[in-house]
Amino acid sequence: MRSIHIAGHELRRLFVSPLAWTVLAVVQLLLGLLFAMSLADLMMNPQRINEYAGVSEVVGAGLYRFATIVLLLVIPLLTMRSFAEERKNGSLDLLTAAPVSVTAMVIGKFLGVLGFLTVMLALIALMPYSLLMGTPLDVGMLASATLGLWLMMAAFAATGIFVSSLTREPTLAAIGSFGVLLGVWLLHAVSFFEWQPAVFGYQLPLAEAARQLSLIGHYDDLLYGIFDTADVLYYVIFCGLFLALTVQRLDMERQ
Amino acid sequence: MSDEPLVSARGLHRRYGVKTAVAGVDLTLRQGEILGLLGPNGAGKTTTLRMLSGSLAPTSGSVRICGHDMAEAPARAKGRLGYLPERPPLYPELTVDEYLGFCARLHGVPRARRRDAVASAKDDCGLADTGRRVIGNLSKGYQQRVGIAQAILHRPDVVILDEPTVGLDPNQIREIRGLIARLGEHHSVLLSSHILPEIQATCSRVMIIHGGRVVFNRPMAEIEGDRLPELVDVGLHADVTRDDLAAIDGVAAVQDLGNGRWRLECRSGVDIRERVAATAAERGWRLYELSAARRTLEGIFAELTSREPEPIREEAA
Repeated sequence: MRSIHIAGHELRRLFVSPLAWTVLAVVQLLLGLLFAMSLADLMMNPQRINEYAGVSEVVGAGLYRFATIVLLLVIPLLTMRSFAEERKNGSLDLLTAAPVSVTAMVIGKFLGVLGFLTVMLALIALMPYSLLMGTPLDVGMLASATLGLWLMMAAFAATGIFVSSLTREPTLAAIGSFGVLLGVWLLHAVSFFEWQPAVFGYQLPLAEAARQLSLIGHYDDLLYGIFDTADVLYYVIFCGLFLALTVQRLDMERQ
Repeated sequence: MSDEPLVSARGLHRRYGVKTAVAGVDLTLRQGEILGLLGPNGAGKTTTLRMLSGSLAPTSGSVRICGHDMAEAPARAKGRLGYLPERPPLYPELTVDEYLGFCARLHGVPRARRRDAVASAKDDCGLADTGRRVIGNLSKGYQQRVGIAQAILHRPDVVILDEPTVGLDPNQIREIRGLIARLGEHHSVLLSSHILPEIQATCSRVMIIHGGRVVFNRPMAEIEGDRLPELVDVGLHADVTRDDLAAIDGVAAVQDLGNGRWRLECRSGVDIRERVAATAAERGWRLYELSAARRTLEGIFAELTSREPEPIREEAA
């Protein structure tokens, strides 16, 4: 219950600050431009549609893929407020001295950020769905891609909140989360390596492991409409892990 | 009401790495008391208060609030507590009403009572007209009041205020002081400061911390009040020697202040004034002054905190 109160409080604080509105506006502008450009491209070269599985894939998957790159830059700016900025302002003491468990506090913060991101997702998703007015769409594929983007947002937010709990400098938290996210992102590149080191005569499946651990690997399937519970579970575990680490970190701070 | 103190801390130790900030502080706060925690900067006041508020865990020792152990039942213990940290924990982007509303939810004030709780806390802190103003635009004094309103909002039994008047102008200090005195009527208050007149004006008991230890802990009435003087100043026009004065029954030590003035230290529990006057009259010492030199809080503070604190022995706590 207290988590919900904290989440509501976080959302309110976001929406009374110019940051949230600026972030929404900038993200919407960038993605809107890309959306318009990919539509224009398709109109001028209609034959290209044959290379893809329809408009949903060209416009939808392309847009969502670009959205994750924008979010990679934006979400650290939102999550840096969670703990680093509160610590710096001294307002974190309000929460630590209140009869609220650390777990409830972390979950509340996470839900608050996720609530805001859900609003952002709704605005992004409106763009491909608006094509329904003019053309039939693969709604199932778009839904799966939307779910994928939402899970990706949650994973970014959990990571950002954890890094935010490590420091009292908001800028450090932002740049740190960006580094971590980009690192996990680039892990995907390792999956293209042919190299399989042998340890004690056993071939380490380095490429496969990197593919499984990377955030993108699981995103791609969802983008193309392949819904696998393993992928969803990956994101749930990813979020759970970072939130648990945050709780641990805040507990350690008390000690 | 049972006799159990509202706050009882036993053997509080706190170490930051190798540096020990608080070494074995015992503290009790009873119903209706206003306890002032004094100490020079860096004495361990804030660390002690943070441990009492539950935002910092002691390295060793225990804190009980209204019978609830802070380590075992933190939610219940914190629920009986209102805490204003050194820097008021405010969100400058929210209005006073929004902020206090959140604090009420955070402390689990039931929905039906929230509006009343916020209104009465605002009344108590003189914030009745500022509800719709954004906290960031308020003056420092008003922000401090919002901080105090936050601490008393849920009507806790114990209110902990860490340097509530720091950075305020004299008028604001007086107002906050009045507010603290009013709080003391319904809540038990624990307040820290390094400003002596503030403690003198508001507290019923004083505790001085120096180098992480309690070096003084007495009711205010005992310091100011009606008890036997420990020191007596005498002024004599006649020439007398130190031995003459020391011979008076009850005098423990004699100090020459020059110009015929002497300071006599009494043996505890003895009032020597009458005896000194009688002796002076009898021997023709031409007594012109006889006054009890009271120990002021300032004197006590200076005496206790000007020494180097005893080095803290690192024992397995």
